[in-house]
Amino acid sequence: MFKNLTIGQHYPVDSPIHNLDPRLKIIFTIIFIISLFLIESFIGFLIVIVFLTVVITISRVPVKFVIKGLRPILFIILVTFIINLLMTPGRVVLTLGFIKITEEGLRQAGFMAVRLILLIMGTSLLTLTTSPIILTDGIESLLKPFTKFGLPAHELAMMMTIALRFIPTLMEETEKIMKAQKSRGADFESGNIISRAKNLVPLLVPLFISAFRRADELAMAMEARCYRGGENRTRMRQMKISKGDYAAAFVFTVYFAAIIVFKIW
Amino acid sequence: MPIKAENIKYIYSEGTPFRTLALDNVNIKIDQGEFVGIIGHTGSGKSTLIQLFNGLESATEGRVEVDGILVGEDKKKLKLIRQTVGLVFQYPEYQLFEETVAKDVAFGPLNLDLSQEEIDVRVKEALELVGFNYNKIKDASPFELSGGQKRRVAIAGVLAMKPNYLILDEPTAGLDPAGRNEIFHQIKKLHERSNVTVILVSHSMEDIAKLVDRVIVLYKGKVHMQGTPKEIYSEADELERIGLGIPQIASIVRELRNRGFNIKQGILTIEEAKEEILKEVKRRNV
Repeated sequence: MFKNLTIGQHYPVDSPIHNLDPRLKIIFTIIFIISLFLIESFIGFLIVIVFLTVVITISRVPVKFVIKGLRPILFIILVTFIINLLMTPGRVVLTLGFIKITEEGLRQAGFMAVRLILLIMGTSLLTLTTSPIILTDGIESLLKPFTKFGLPAHELAMMMTIALRFIPTLMEETEKIMKAQKSRGADFESGNIISRAKNLVPLLVPLFISAFRRADELAMAMEARCYRGGENRTRMRQMKISKGDYAAAFVFTVYFAAIIVFKIW
Repeated sequence: MPIKAENIKYIYSEGTPFRTLALDNVNIKIDQGEFVGIIGHTGSGKSTLIQLFNGLESATEGRVEVDGILVGEDKKKLKLIRQTVGLVFQYPEYQLFEETVAKDVAFGPLNLDLSQEEIDVRVKEALELVGFNYNKIKDASPFELSGGQKRRVAIAGVLAMKPNYLILDEPTAGLDPAGRNEIFHQIKKLHERSNVTVILVSHSMEDIAKLVDRVIVLYKGKVHMQGTPKEIYSEADELERIGLGIPQIASIVRELRNRGFNIKQGILTIEEAKEEILKEVKRRNV
C-alpha cells in the first residue's frame, strides 16, 4: 500500500550532485523555479531541458525514477491543461458542440504543462540527491540569519528532522498494525466510505498510542543526553564550500545568465 | 491437512537499489498437530515466511497451500485462510485498541460474522486458555494491564478465531523471565489440550529446544537444516558458524564431552544434564 509513496525519496548513490553543499542546492532550486517563470517561449524550455538532462545524468539517478515522481501530480497537470485549453480566448481551430478550442489555448495549455513537469522534475532532484537530514541541516543554516528577528531556526530544523525521521517509522508501524488486524479478519479495502472510516479505528488507536509513546521516549532520550536547543551546539557534519561547489555555482550561473539573456533578447 | 510451501521465492523492492532476496527456494510442509520451531537470524526470512502462510504477503514465485486451499488465488478465501492460520505478530500488545479486554478479544470473531452468543463463548474460552479469570479481566481496559498480560490478551484475540494453525512470532520478546515462562507454559498446554498446530518463530535456541518436536533452521532465506531438536543440536558447530548457537546447557555438555567425560549426546534440559553428570561423577568415584 505504501510502496508508491515517495516523500523525500532519497536515491542513495554517490555522485557529484549528491556531494554538493545542501545550502547551494536549495538556493539553486529556488533560482531554478524563478528561471522557469521567466521563460515565455517553448525554445526557452529547451535550455532548461538540456540543463536538466545534464544534471540528471551527472546525478546518476535513473530518469525513470525522476519521472515516477510526476505521478502524484499528474492529475493537477491534467486539470491545468484542460482549463487552459478551454478557457483561453483567441482564434478558434476546433469546435465540438459548445466546446471551442483556440490556437492560443492549445499553446497556453501545452506551455503550462511543460512548465509544471519541469518544475516538479527539477525540484524533486533536490530531494532525490540529498538525504532528508542533510537537507534540514542546509535549511537550518540558511535560516540562521533570521534568528536575529526571532525566528527559531534551530527548533524548526529539529522539528523537521524529527518529523522526517519518523515518517518511515510510522509507515512501518502502520503496515505492521494493519497486518496484525488483517490477521484478525479486519478489512481495510472494501465497503462504503462510512464503514471504511469505521474500520480504521483498530488501526488509528494503536497508531496514536504508539506515536505518543515514541514522542515521550524520544523526548526523554534527548533530555538524558542534555539536549537544550540550539545554543552553542556544534555539529558532526560541518558544511564547507568545496571546489566542486564553486564549479557547480559557475555552471549554474551560466545557465541562469543564458535564461536571462534569452529573455531580454 | 497440512500447510505446504513449495519452491518459494520472495523478493523485496524488485527493480530498485534496495532489492533483497528474502526467501530462496523454500520447501516446507507442516502437518496438523505438529509443534514446529522456526529458527533464524534477524533477516533470515522467517517473518516473511510466516506472512506467506496466511496470505498477508504473496510469494514472488512458488505456491503456498493451507488445508488444500491455494493461498492468494481467490481473494474471497483470504478471510477463511486468516481464520485457519492464526498469526500472532511480534509485540502483539501494540495492536490492542478497544476499551475493554473482552471487546478487543471479540474483534476477530466479530469479523467472522458469528452470532453474539458464539462470540461471547469464544471470548471467554480464549481468555481462560491464556490463563485469565474471565470475570475479573473482561471489563478491564487493555491499557491498564502489565506487558505480559497485554500480550496474553493479544494472543487470546487470535485464539478466539479458533485457528487450526497458531503461528507465534517471538512471543516472549521483551518479557521478563516470569512472563516468558508463563507464555511458554500456556502455549505448551494449549498444544497438548487441543489439536492445534503450533509454529513458534524465534532466534533463541534456548526457548525452542524444550518445546518443539521439529526445528526448521532458516539461513539467508533458505532452509538450512531440519529435524528434531536433538538432531539439530548435535550439529552445534554448524549452528555456531551461522551465528545461532545452541542452548547453554547443550554447550556445557559438549564441552565436558570434549574433555573426556562420558556423558551422552543430545541433552537439552538442565534436569537431564544433572542426571547424566551425577552418573558420571559416581562412575569416576568408584
